[in-house]
Amino acid sequence: MIKAEWFYWLVGLSFLVMASQMVTDRSNPKRFGTGAFWGLIGAGFIYSSWVVTKQAPPEPLGAAVLVMACLAGFGFTGRGTPRTTTPEQRAASAAKLGNKLFVPALTIPAVAMACAIGVKHLSIGGRPVLQEGSETILGLGIGAVVALIVGMVMLREKRISVPVQSGRSMLEAMGWAMLLPQMLATLGAIFQVSGVGDQVGKLATSVLPEDSLYIAIVVYCVGMFAFTMIMGNAFAAFPVMTAAVGWPVLIGHFDGNPAAVLAIGMLAGFCGTLVTPMAANFNIVPAALLELKDQYGPIKAQLPTAGVLLGCNIVIMALFAF
Amino acid sequence: MIVLLGVLVVVIGFATKRNPLLVVGVAGIATGLLGGLSPGKVLAAFGDGFAGSRAVTIFAITLPVIGLLERYGLQEQARRLIARFAGLTTGRFLALYLGLRQIGAAVGLTNVFGHAQTVRPLAVPMAEGAAERKFGQLPDRTREKVRSFSASADNVGLFFGEDVFLAVGSILLITGFVNTTYGTHLEPLQLALWAIPTAVCAFVVHGWRLLRLDRQLERELLTAHVHNTAAVEAAQ
Repeated sequence: MIKAEWFYWLVGLSFLVMASQMVTDRSNPKRFGTGAFWGLIGAGFIYSSWVVTKQAPPEPLGAAVLVMACLAGFGFTGRGTPRTTTPEQRAASAAKLGNKLFVPALTIPAVAMACAIGVKHLSIGGRPVLQEGSETILGLGIGAVVALIVGMVMLREKRISVPVQSGRSMLEAMGWAMLLPQMLATLGAIFQVSGVGDQVGKLATSVLPEDSLYIAIVVYCVGMFAFTMIMGNAFAAFPVMTAAVGWPVLIGHFDGNPAAVLAIGMLAGFCGTLVTPMAANFNIVPAALLELKDQYGPIKAQLPTAGVLLGCNIVIMALFAF
Repeated sequence: MIVLLGVLVVVIGFATKRNPLLVVGVAGIATGLLGGLSPGKVLAAFGDGFAGSRAVTIFAITLPVIGLLERYGLQEQARRLIARFAGLTTGRFLALYLGLRQIGAAVGLTNVFGHAQTVRPLAVPMAEGAAERKFGQLPDRTREKVRSFSASADNVGLFFGEDVFLAVGSILLITGFVNTTYGTHLEPLQLALWAIPTAVCAFVVHGWRLLRLDRQLERELLTAHVHNTAAVEAAQ
């Protein structure tokens, strides 16, 4: 059985290799901080396997995460000059290779799709080939490895250091944003155990007037939207707002259709994800990946859509859920 | 009430534009301690959180192959290819991408597209290529706009497509949370059906905005060109 952990190790290992390249890259004025940041992430990726199975204590990893946050947060990381081809070389190469260049790029989605649809159901000796529940992640990982092999063979590129260097440049461009999603997941967990949800619930019920269905709908949807913006993740906002308003008021008191109320409430939260820098993997990481000068560019492009869709969700819930 | 100070830390941190990693770190430590966790427990929470959410970072595995192909001219070829389709404007192309992304996510293929795998190497060069064919070299400001809207097409498509699929994280989170907390029995299928109206709205609203992008680009770039020619003539 192919396990998701193997790919986490592969990612961790490539971070470690890239970190060693970063430390020796003299074009980067902050090469030691940058190398330490990515080295810690890489080591953390591998160490995490035992934390997940409770065979290793999580505290050292937690300390390492805070060190990473300090390294990035106090400006100890930077980026070197990427070693790559000139625009003229690339244009010439594109003219020579033509649409063949798309083959490896499309291999990733093709393999991911094949794994999610076909290989998912395969089993050898009664055991599934792909670890259950991780098929799409495994598809992405296998797709990337296969695509790399196809690409290197097709381009007759023998040096594995070339793709690794290219990947490293992109990592350096993304920088601290890469760690933020994982930090936010942690913050959500801490908020949960510290009872932030209960407090927000008490607050919401104390300000909510009784017997006003429409105000309750707006409070639930806008609450999901606002709390998702703060937490960067609708999954973190959902238990809080549902325990506060969704279940007791909309479903309990006003007798709403639970499936409709909860599904649409979650989607109202997704509107918040579109407009918050806290949802770094959707909004800040792409800005870095696409080399935008304005890191809020994607958020600005999404803001009007998010506002209109929040309104749509409120209307849909009011019309169909009661 | 005092644990809500943690939420306040996040809001103030963002309002004053501190580094988000530090904001989240400080807010987590503060909330944990105020909520009565021991310092060791707070550290453990950070460790468990990192370990449990590695899946969001696994896209990094695609970066080497994308980087390799870019060295050999992948983006340039994407531009050349799109330039051959005369009818495909930037807005129409991005609306098409939005639709494909939504359908993909709706049938469970959330990892088939993505910012690292498709938006940077393929969608952005194609969207820019379509604009360049019509208007020539794009000024930086326009380029930023096209790129921002390309990122938005991926996000909107993913968010409002994936909930139509049964086995996606958010649907399972809803049923898991409600069924264990309130002792009811909700089926994922019921929830997925209720995600369809919003998915349709999302396609209509964002698709319309993407199509309108063409007219915005036209207005911006034609005035820019008029300025340029005027400046050239004045110089002559």
